Amino acid sequence: MERNLTHIALFAALIAVLGLVPKIDLAAGVPITAQSLGIMLCGTVLGAKRGALAVLLFLALVAVGLPLLAGGRGGIGVFAGPSVGFLVGFPVAAFVAGWVMERTTLRVGYAATAGSVLGGIAVLYLFGIVGLSIMLGKTLTEAAHISVAFLPGDTIKAVLAGAITQTLAQLRPNSVLSRA
Amino acid sequence: MLTLTSPVETPLHRVAVGAKLAVLGLWTAGLFWIDDPRLLGAALLMSFALPALGGRIFMAHALRMLRPLLPFVIIVALWHLWTGDYRGGGVIILRMLAAVSAANLVTMTTALADMMAVVERLARPLARFGLPPRTLALAMGLVIRFIPVMLDRHRQITDAWAARSAKRPGWRVLLPSVLAALDDADHVAEALRARGGSA
Repeated sequence: MERNLTHIALFAALIAVLGLVPKIDLAAGVPITAQSLGIMLCGTVLGAKRGALAVLLFLALVAVGLPLLAGGRGGIGVFAGPSVGFLVGFPVAAFVAGWVMERTTLRVGYAATAGSVLGGIAVLYLFGIVGLSIMLGKTLTEAAHISVAFLPGDTIKAVLAGAITQTLAQLRPNSVLSRA
Repeated sequence: MLTLTSPVETPLHRVAVGAKLAVLGLWTAGLFWIDDPRLLGAALLMSFALPALGGRIFMAHALRMLRPLLPFVIIVALWHLWTGDYRGGGVIILRMLAAVSAANLVTMTTALADMMAVVERLARPLARFGLPPRTLALAMGLVIRFIPVMLDRHRQITDAWAARSAKRPGWRVLLPSVLAALDDADHVAEALRARGGSA
């Protein structure tokens, strides 16, 4: 019980810390932060339920006014802005990534990468694009064009999430609660 | 850790959180209901006038919190200049700015502890599903404490890397940082159990 609690809190903190990692600008000037890597890891390491809880905990702290989102954003305002769809999608993304880990018998690394792609990219973009489309008054296709710029970075992060989860499973098998 | 609450005291700081959140809810719903650029422009002026009353430092803080919206404003503006639908573009931009700056205003004028109390009150029904409010408060405290600890650990590992290599560490220090953090979490779990557990 205590271990669940501290791990959930730890991964919520990890999402925040990864948001503080200096951002890299891709060729086209698209800022890439490691924050969504944290979301993926929540799911792949903690599993569906605990992963989603860790993300919700993180979002609660953002909402109460801590500047934990990448770029030092936070407060209630971020939930009224155009990227609200991505925020709503965060816990679902972690849940789906964790679900893939729990329900498949693939090797940990492959399952984690697949889960990260499915949850951290497919599901997250679905929510994000719907959000952009509503908030910016654009069609879904038009909103999708805005998001495509982030796809290369997120693909790299999904592979990285797979590699990290794989290594954790070897070095600290007890920590990978999604497969415990 | 710094919060987004403004240190500049305004009369809004003294209004109860519940009241501010209720007004914000109505305000946001209203913004999405009206479709007239003139009304939305007036709404935006109002949501700028309030922080302006708080003085220059307060206003600068409010504007800084709006900056992440800039790319979206530019995209929408260019888009609608291209399609020629100026009215539609104006409505979207004005509504977005008015909604976000009003929400930011609530965050800026509410102390972190008051906001956390709201979250705990909202989460009270979750006790029935096995999440007592006390556990939630403990978890929130743990996260706030874990963040600087993890940053410290990460810095130590990056320094150790720099002592050994001229190359930049990049993502290679990520894994050891996560491992160290996991061990810290296990120690905290043991300490919690030793002190009578979390539930």
